[in-house]
Amino acid sequence: MKFTKLATVALTTIAVSVPVAADLVFPSLSYRTGPYAAGGTPVADGYADYFTLLNERDGGIQGIKTSVPECETGYNTAKGVECYESTKGLGALVYQPLSTGITYQLIPKAAADDIPLLTTGYGRTSAANGSVFSHAFNFPANYWAGASRIINRIKHENGGDIADRNIALLYHNSGYGKEPIPTLKALAEKEGYNLTLIPVDHPGQEQKSQWLQIRRERPDNIIIYGWGVMNQVALKEAANIRYPMDQMIGIWWSGTENDVLEGMASDGYKAATYHAVGNDFPVFDDINEYVVKRGLTAGDGSNVGTPLYNRGLYAAALAAEAARTAQKMHKTANINSGMMRDGLENLVITEEVMTRLGMAGFGPSFSVSCENHGGPGSVGIQQWDASAREWKMIDGFEAPDMDVILPLINADAEAYAAENNIAPRDC
Amino acid sequence: MSADFLYLVEVILNGLMAGVMYSLVALGFVLIFKASGIFNYAQGVMALFAALTLVGIQTGQVPFAHLINAIFGTNVHHFGWQVPTVLAIALTVGVMVLFAILVERYVLHHLVNQEPIILFMATIGLAYFMEGFGDIMWGSDIKTLDVGLPSGGSRWLEDYTLGWAAEGERYYGMYLDKLDMVASLVAIVLVVSLTIFSQYTKTGRALRAVADDHQAALSVGISLRTIWVIVWAIAGFVALVAGIMWGAKSGVQFSLSLIALKALPVLMLGGFTSIPGAIIGGLIIGVGEKVFEYSIGPLIGGATENWFAYVLALMFLVFRPQGLFGEKIIERV
Amino acid sequence: MFYRESGDFKKTYKLDSQTFPIKFDRWRYYFVMLVAFIVVPMFLTDYSANAVMIPFLVWAIAALGLNILVGYCGQLSLGTGGFMAVGAYSTYKLMTSFPGMDMISVIMLSGLVTAVVGAFFGLPSLRIKGFYLAVVTLAAQFFLVWLLNKVPWFYNYSASGQISAPQRELFGIVVTGPHATPVAAYLFCLIFAVGLAWIARNLTRGRMGRSWMAIRDMDIAAEIIGVNPLMAKLSAFAVSSFFIGVSGALLFSVYLGAAEVTEAFSINVSFAVLFMVIIGGLGSIFGSFIGAAFMVLMPVLLKNILVGGLGWPTDLAAHFELIIVGGLILVFLIVEPHGLAQMARVLKEKLRLWPFPH
Repeated sequence: MKFTKLATVALTTIAVSVPVAADLVFPSLSYRTGPYAAGGTPVADGYADYFTLLNERDGGIQGIKTSVPECETGYNTAKGVECYESTKGLGALVYQPLSTGITYQLIPKAAADDIPLLTTGYGRTSAANGSVFSHAFNFPANYWAGASRIINRIKHENGGDIADRNIALLYHNSGYGKEPIPTLKALAEKEGYNLTLIPVDHPGQEQKSQWLQIRRERPDNIIIYGWGVMNQVALKEAANIRYPMDQMIGIWWSGTENDVLEGMASDGYKAATYHAVGNDFPVFDDINEYVVKRGLTAGDGSNVGTPLYNRGLYAAALAAEAARTAQKMHKTANINSGMMRDGLENLVITEEVMTRLGMAGFGPSFSVSCENHGGPGSVGIQQWDASAREWKMIDGFEAPDMDVILPLINADAEAYAAENNIAPRDC
Repeated sequence: MSADFLYLVEVILNGLMAGVMYSLVALGFVLIFKASGIFNYAQGVMALFAALTLVGIQTGQVPFAHLINAIFGTNVHHFGWQVPTVLAIALTVGVMVLFAILVERYVLHHLVNQEPIILFMATIGLAYFMEGFGDIMWGSDIKTLDVGLPSGGSRWLEDYTLGWAAEGERYYGMYLDKLDMVASLVAIVLVVSLTIFSQYTKTGRALRAVADDHQAALSVGISLRTIWVIVWAIAGFVALVAGIMWGAKSGVQFSLSLIALKALPVLMLGGFTSIPGAIIGGLIIGVGEKVFEYSIGPLIGGATENWFAYVLALMFLVFRPQGLFGEKIIERV
Repeated sequence: MFYRESGDFKKTYKLDSQTFPIKFDRWRYYFVMLVAFIVVPMFLTDYSANAVMIPFLVWAIAALGLNILVGYCGQLSLGTGGFMAVGAYSTYKLMTSFPGMDMISVIMLSGLVTAVVGAFFGLPSLRIKGFYLAVVTLAAQFFLVWLLNKVPWFYNYSASGQISAPQRELFGIVVTGPHATPVAAYLFCLIFAVGLAWIARNLTRGRMGRSWMAIRDMDIAAEIIGVNPLMAKLSAFAVSSFFIGVSGALLFSVYLGAAEVTEAFSINVSFAVLFMVIIGGLGSIFGSFIGAAFMVLMPVLLKNILVGGLGWPTDLAAHFELIIVGGLILVFLIVEPHGLAQMARVLKEKLRLWPFPH
């Protein structure tokens, strides 16, 4: 990282109270420190690098440069507030808080400030209900869609019948980890499998009890909703008790390079994902040429192409496309956060769009609408290939069981609306 | 034997092993508390720092690489050599000794004779400092620690015990983690050598004298400063051992410093001043929390271990307020 | 020159026993009140309110509460986070169950609930002392967090267990929720902070406070001279928990607006509040405020200097922040082990004699 570049970033950050009208501002609330630093760093790098690419290659979006003021949250909600307040004066177009806790507290604040939130693959699941959550978006997929997709995959592997199968959910005992429980319970009623819930407390270094329980009960499949050190320990313990790796499926936050073990121990472990993995896309050639070679990477450039980096990149690409949509809708290149919200709400991602971005097949095609802020929830499945030491997509993006999820989303959204006296919009 | 009984035995054995892992961390606390009356909050961070340093040296990482790159715009990260494990461990011990000297020189030396809570606070400051320093020095990504420790369940034991359960029951043999067994061995060696050291060497005797009474020790010509450096260096070494054991389990990353929280109930149960107390306390906590999670946990929703360890310690403390092996508190007006 | 006592004669007992016996002190106090209530609100922005002033007040209340327990009564507690969580969840339940209840009652009731819980967890303090007492409060910390996380009733059966504060008004002014103006939210917290500081100051000067201090200095001796240790310790736990509960309630409803028990009220919170108390000064009301100011403002200030001013990468800056805060704690302890409040006291003594110290 060049010091000169740091200086320019600094200059933009300094002007806290002066809105920089010239730039399109995409603040990045990242966490490069604290217990989850190893997971937060690549996402933040991918997010920043994509906007650097836009600036270097295209001169920004429709000729307007982008800037990505970064603010360190340490995955801590109190610091999240500080970051939000310190960056919103810069003319922030959209926030991606990168933490479920911070998302929850920003949902009402951002709506009051007319700034949209985009939480790709995390955050409040019921925000998919656009009539209650006017300023929160969680396309292309959320935790409930992930849970349903995982169950569908298990079903697919077992010839369509998972009645009386024992499925265990090993989850981070926090808001994030508890998210899929209602969905999995509803699906259990429909599909007839038995669900065992196994919580692991933060940070999750000691999981002996949990794995002894698993060893005893031998569930047929294990679904993992973990984060940070919990993932590494879970996979290690699974290898220790020789639990078959291909019967474990993680959510995307449990399916990264950090989580899998050295050697062949984790071979065959699967994880849900809402974006492609690897760096076999034209966009990475551009990143290499315009960002890496010019020494402008946000990190040290070593994690380009890893699942977490791609996640940040994809989030940035979606935000940039939404900005482009907003510019077209409002016929001005200089959009504000309100227009950005409209752009997000009318975003249409097709295969052509993805091809134009050099990311054909990188993510599912979808469109956002006023009532549906969550997209179709299409999720794919990736598998760890230990001999090649890389994640491979083994199952394409598929929509989850919306009949089950939608009522849950609407119920949760209605409860929120009732509690907070929000009158749902007419869509 | 019924499978249920065997499962219970398995849980207890694994609890014992987990307890030893907690004890490893608690030992460092006890050493420092005994010699200087300081409740060293930084012990967990010391374990993290020691493990980071070990991995850093072993894999030939450039210290402060991130800082150097940010300032000079260079792109250095590794020297490109591998240091043999034994040498790396020796070098790390050297670093921890240096750390002990610095702490004594710049912190403790100025805080002689302060109240315990002030000293406690100072170690918290130290913990903050080292947390930031360790991250800047070695980076905050997850590192794999490989010093050749075995891991995984012992298959021999599994096969051997497979036939113990009654016919027709679901039983898969006894499960014990090899890493845990090694850790138990290491802990035994550590405790025995510490005991021998403190009982039969001159320095050891001086250590015990200081632990008994600072003033009296000073008056017979024992240098407090040297003793403190030695104690912190030993605690640093114990932290390294704990760091290796825990790091082998989960990779070396920030969360390693949080193991201190698992050691606190052990410490309080065993008594702050007793090395055997740290071990026995660890065993009780380990078994207690695992058995509780196994038997009661599923009924009330699980993840009970964190609080149950403290409740267990609390139950013991109500009957013995100075911990199981702590020195009796004598109060005079 | 400053703190002049000559000519300031006290003619009644009431005047003699007032909180600030020195005239200069009194005026300084009025001046601070004036600044806090009138001047600060005039310059308040979203950022300075939400990132600086409101957290400062909220943490100051928590530090006040813990200072009563640790500083005045000598009972070490590491359960602050758990007790704040009780305050926050009580507020949430009260706000959602009784939408018409006014916010002052909601927060006071939450404080009372916390006081009861705190007094319960204070019971073992009769038997367990010193650092060992920390185990009791840690048990409270982990158990309360686990309980609030586990029982869905506490978070109204929402999917993730997050609680969010709905919008509520006080005398027609919005004080919670996203539409509260910074000034309203700040003044709302300030009223609690000043009121509770006033209560704390007077409690500690009265019979109850003296019995706490007697217990702190030596509980056996205190028992012999007739202080009831049960009453003294339990009242300290209850009062302290009341303050901490109020602070947790404000943290959730006014400051953060949403909270998740495992993250917002973790063990780190307990440690952070203890730092504030020790850095500020044990057994000092002023110390609680200055300790909270140090722990809240320092990181914000450092962040703005390092990232905003010098343009360092955020992660390096965050690591240096830790190093600098840790280093400063050490320096302060070495220079003045009894906290910032003691520094202020020494300064005051010097000023009393200045410019003629002999």
